[in-house]
Amino acid sequence: MDTKLLEYTLRLGDNALILGQRLVEWCGHGPVLEQDIALSNIALDQLGQARMLLQYAAEQKGEGFTEDKLAFFRPEEEFKNALILELPNEDWGFTLARQFYFDTYNYFLYSELLKSSDENIKAIAQKAIKEISYHAQWSAEWIIRLGDGTEESHHRIQKSIDDLWEWTGELFTKDEIDLFAENDNIGPNLDVIKENWHEKVSQILEIATLKKPEAEWMQSGGKQGSHTEYLGFILAEMQSLPRMYPEANW
Amino acid sequence: MAATVKQIWDWLEEVSDPEIPVLTVTDLGVVRDVDLIEDGALITITPTYSGCPAMNEIEENIRVVLSEKGIQNIKVKTVLSPAWTTDWMTEKGKEKLREFGIAPPEGSSSDKSVLFGKAKQVTCPHCKSTETEMISQFGSTACKSLYKCTSCLEPFDYFKCI
Ligand SMILES: [Zn+2]
Repeated sequence: MDTKLLEYTLRLGDNALILGQRLVEWCGHGPVLEQDIALSNIALDQLGQARMLLQYAAEQKGEGFTEDKLAFFRPEEEFKNALILELPNEDWGFTLARQFYFDTYNYFLYSELLKSSDENIKAIAQKAIKEISYHAQWSAEWIIRLGDGTEESHHRIQKSIDDLWEWTGELFTKDEIDLFAENDNIGPNLDVIKENWHEKVSQILEIATLKKPEAEWMQSGGKQGSHTEYLGFILAEMQSLPRMYPEANW
Repeated sequence: MAATVKQIWDWLEEVSDPEIPVLTVTDLGVVRDVDLIEDGALITITPTYSGCPAMNEIEENIRVVLSEKGIQNIKVKTVLSPAWTTDWMTEKGKEKLREFGIAPPEGSSSDKSVLFGKAKQVTCPHCKSTETEMISQFGSTACKSLYKCTSCLEPFDYFKCI
């Protein structure tokens, strides 16, 4: 078993899983029916992608592991998702600002994973990129609508864009796992993703009449397993049933 | 008596999609391969959307239909690659969708104009007008967007091109 490849797969899978789980909280609470459905659809896509990725991770771990076991029976420090995805949803604008930052990142990332030297990751990316393209378009449109909307929506979305900024750095900061993926052509050079991301984010924020944040200090730790206090609550909810009834069946 | 591959393909035309029952799994293009194995058949399918909740049911329906035909050993394998695309939907399938009131996917899935760009021009399945606008990118299921027709004023689902 290649532990670095496993680690890389878990990061991708956990990003999808934790974001999906967060977004599910909106189900039945969206501002209008169509948007409630939109977010539920996106959550479902994320969970579907999480399933494929964690299936692949389970396969690498070998005998006795399944995607369910990885989702429901791992403790907090074994989750490798980016911190931005575990933050509480707050209001609609905050959820959408996170979505915009992350979808844009995910779009450029998965566009590169289409060329992965790892056949499984490549196949998953081929499936996922089609969905992610729709997500990225949708969240960018919302940023424009809120930024260039009323005075109140403008101020509130600007605040969310600013507040979330320090959580974006982790997505582009390379550690040994990212370097391993880059060197083996499993994943892209994150510098390139960062450049594309900044260009697209600047472009959309400008159309949205919003100011791009400039702060340089960034949060980090999620992809190495050091989480905010929020992840524990997500897991408590997500894992309680299978932990209480490990043999439970749908 | 062992069934032939052709027979099995014909039988699969009886398996409908749980979310859009006018479509069969063969119309949709999710069945990639049929192979004969000992005492039965191996059916290879590919998921439409990765989180599509209908896939388990499709697998179950395939088993039900084939076992009713007397196939004993039925294996269903899911493959991710090559990824399913709306280009695999048959012309017959698209026609059925239109009759059902869902606009079929327009154009080729390789058209990437969707990203940060303009919505596609979609024809109203009711009155054939092209004066339509998108209400929401995401519709009642993962595979559909919600549109409305500005000519006949009817809302309708559009099967997204992916
Ligand atoms: Zn019409």
